[in-house]
Amino acid sequence: MNSEQSPVKLTRKDFTSSQDVRWCPGCGNNAILAQMQKTLPELGVPRENIVIISGIGCSSRFPYYMNTYGIHSIHGRAPTLAMGLKAARPELQVWVVTGDGDALAIGGNHLTHALRRNVDINILLFNNRIYGLTKGQYSPTSRIGARTSSSPDGSIENPVNPVGIAIGSEASFIARTVDIFQKHMSQVLRRSADHRGAALVEIAQNCIIFNDATWGDITDPDNRHDHVLYLEHGKPMRFGKQGEKGIRLNGLRPEVVRVADVGEENLLVHDERASEPTLAYLLSRMGPPDFPTPLGVFRAIDKPVYSQLLSEQVHRAQTEKAADLDALFRQGETWDVT
Amino acid sequence: MSASMSAPAKKREQLEQVTILFSGDSGDGMQLTGSQLTTTSAVLGNDVSTLPDYPSEIRAPAGSVAGVSGFQLHFSHQEIHTPGDNPDVLVAMNPAALRTNLQRLLPNGVLIIDQDAFSARNLAKAGYEENPLDDPALGSRYQLHPVPATTLTLNALEGLDLKHTVKARCKNFFTLGLVYWLYERPLEQSLEWIDKKFSRMPLVAEANRLALQAGYHYGETSEAFAVQWTVPGARGEAGTWRIINGNEAAALGFVTAAQLADKPLVYSSYPITPATDVLNHLSRWKHMDVRTIQTEDEIAAMGSAIGAAYGGAFSVTGTSGPGICLKSEAIGLAVMLELPLVILNVQRGGPSTGLPTKTEQADLLQAMFGRNGESPLPILAAASPGDCFDTAIEAFRIAVRHNTPVFVLSEGYLANGSEPWRIPSLQDMEPIVVRHPADPDGFQPYARDAATLARHWILPGTPGMEHCIGGLEKHPPTGAVSYAPEDHEAMCQLRADKVARVADFIPELEVTGPNEATLLVLTWGGTCGAALTAVQRAGERGRSVAHAHLRYLNPFPRNLEALLGRYEKVLIPELNAGQLALLIRGRFLVDAVSFPKLRGQPFTVREIEARIEELLA
Repeated sequence: MNSEQSPVKLTRKDFTSSQDVRWCPGCGNNAILAQMQKTLPELGVPRENIVIISGIGCSSRFPYYMNTYGIHSIHGRAPTLAMGLKAARPELQVWVVTGDGDALAIGGNHLTHALRRNVDINILLFNNRIYGLTKGQYSPTSRIGARTSSSPDGSIENPVNPVGIAIGSEASFIARTVDIFQKHMSQVLRRSADHRGAALVEIAQNCIIFNDATWGDITDPDNRHDHVLYLEHGKPMRFGKQGEKGIRLNGLRPEVVRVADVGEENLLVHDERASEPTLAYLLSRMGPPDFPTPLGVFRAIDKPVYSQLLSEQVHRAQTEKAADLDALFRQGETWDVT
Repeated sequence: MSASMSAPAKKREQLEQVTILFSGDSGDGMQLTGSQLTTTSAVLGNDVSTLPDYPSEIRAPAGSVAGVSGFQLHFSHQEIHTPGDNPDVLVAMNPAALRTNLQRLLPNGVLIIDQDAFSARNLAKAGYEENPLDDPALGSRYQLHPVPATTLTLNALEGLDLKHTVKARCKNFFTLGLVYWLYERPLEQSLEWIDKKFSRMPLVAEANRLALQAGYHYGETSEAFAVQWTVPGARGEAGTWRIINGNEAAALGFVTAAQLADKPLVYSSYPITPATDVLNHLSRWKHMDVRTIQTEDEIAAMGSAIGAAYGGAFSVTGTSGPGICLKSEAIGLAVMLELPLVILNVQRGGPSTGLPTKTEQADLLQAMFGRNGESPLPILAAASPGDCFDTAIEAFRIAVRHNTPVFVLSEGYLANGSEPWRIPSLQDMEPIVVRHPADPDGFQPYARDAATLARHWILPGTPGMEHCIGGLEKHPPTGAVSYAPEDHEAMCQLRADKVARVADFIPELEVTGPNEATLLVLTWGGTCGAALTAVQRAGERGRSVAHAHLRYLNPFPRNLEALLGRYEKVLIPELNAGQLALLIRGRFLVDAVSFPKLRGQPFTVREIEARIEELLA
């Protein structure tokens, strides 16, 4: 199909659909939508070659608001549609928009397998730790003790960690960003789009109605510096207003240290390209109250891509054997009747 | 033929047809033995029909009744439509096989037994307190031939440097050789097959060759076998023929449909008995631009099928009933998105896991109604193994012409059963025309074709036609999300009308037999052959009965109601509790007589004949 670059310079307006956006005022989704509409024109991919597929939930209304091709599918299954589409049309750029309930509860199986296969898709997981569209039930990422409309006495379930699941699923690209960190999100989205293979981007997203300020520790402008660790490949891990704090490895355990006390050369250095995901996993376990929350790219490695391998097998077979339907019919024993 | 010249001349008799049942342990190679006789008989010019019947356990305990595997084969001088009712010949490789199948053997039938397998241990496993071979009644009721098949096989292979167990395993070819002699079949086809199959193990090939020949010579020289029967070949339509089973036929049909449209085929599936072989076949045909996806579950297979169809491929997902349960929500999405794709259900006994390796037709209403909301889609069912090919192609024609998911119902009986199939000529097949609109001027995602009411198959990658489709209800024809009462009512009606209009494009239903009569036997799916044969036999006895077979179950052929009105009574035999009967009664207020069967086995001709006689008495 149409794989040549669009000669027309696209703008944010080109990606804005005619549909009225129906998310709550102040919903983090609005900020994510704005960043996608701003970032996609910069990727150089013709608009008609972009497909956004979603499941069910507040986040999954996303494709209606993007002026690209899109499917608003069913709960949890967006990665499966994306896989089938990429099998048929590997040249398309496919995004999956999902939420913590959609991707980690009802669709957990598909998320794991899409990442494992390394299907060339970008999965944006809006994590607000709550079911919004059904009005506030606890989700797989809700914290123990969360009082919600279905857990009036507090949730008794352990939350899952999306980055940890992605690591366990052998994902080749894993990142985390925050709905209101516009510049950071734009960078992460671009990195995700450029990555060949399955990319999981967890977006810390605020549900202003049912779970307001769930990410308050990292979004509060007054003290976010002490609670956020920006990951940069090849750089020592420093955080704090002046970068005065850092992460050091003590045996197999990370610890927060003062850079002045230990020296920068003794800090842990980020390596997103490490072939083993050990460091990424260690980072995925970091967060409040003892550690800052890492943001940025946890892991970005080159791995064979599913849709490409599939196409290669087909092409190889076509090179080795003529597409002769009649020969296929005649496999095995035949006899003639005259 | 390497028949020994010194063999005593034996009596030869001609038969019209033979039904033979090979029965043994799951590891005894009965399926292989049966399929060898199938091909040989077909090449000889007989019409053949088969019924493999095996347990779902790969290897149940050796010698146990649970582990008995059977292969029934019917070969005939004339055209046949079923694998035969009760066998004329039973080959029992052990006591459990005898115990399981003896009551099915016709009186005075030929009973060939490997007497070496009748050890005290095997007799106990089969639940025999006494050796049945010691009972003189057995020999008086049947033409009993106890043959020391294992010993004779080992003797024949004496010089070969192979393990005892490997040699003993060749006894199925010894038995096959004996049957070849008994029914005057040539050995060449099987000898060639052995050479090809074991080309990398020449010693094993030699062992099987020797066993086959030893069995043949045993028949020729043993005084126990006084008569040799012959079933002359029946000449079918001119052309090249082969043996085919339903799963391979369906797989070939899907590839052919895609080729006729010059489209890639995407088949997404999760392994499930008895549909798995469709996936296995298609995964080997990548050179035909086939892409197979083995998904993580049935839901993913359906989701991927939707994604591939959205991308413009010819897309199929195949499964069995339990898989359809899991796919149902996504099938509803395909109905809502109005995308062309095919869902294959190779039905098996249910509910739940049910009888994985046994046949049934109990998923018709599931296909019809097994989704939330008003969710109509076309349904087709194959009538025979070879018909799976044509049904698969027809399903795609409907899917792309009407832009809708289409159900194809097959059955374990068709999937594993085989029959001769005349290889079709590609020149005789009409191309499948597919259109993808590319003019953005004034386009609307849910605009419809005036004749079919189908929406258009717009592909991502088409500039200027970007739009979002989804599972939410829509405003016609823009496709914009709408919960307005009038929009929902209009869209439900449009989706229903669209499927109903398929009836304008499919052939009228034809009957075999009189146009007006006392009784019409109405069938669908694999019940066709037994009913047709039963009606033909009743007709020969002067009974006022006709047969009609439905390939299209939704919508029904447009003349069905008028046709039903020409018969006083309608009998519907089906392998379920009366699902088609419920539809016919509900739709046409016809007092159809339901004839259900739920035994994991297809109808016999005799069962339907008996019911016809009852109704006409």
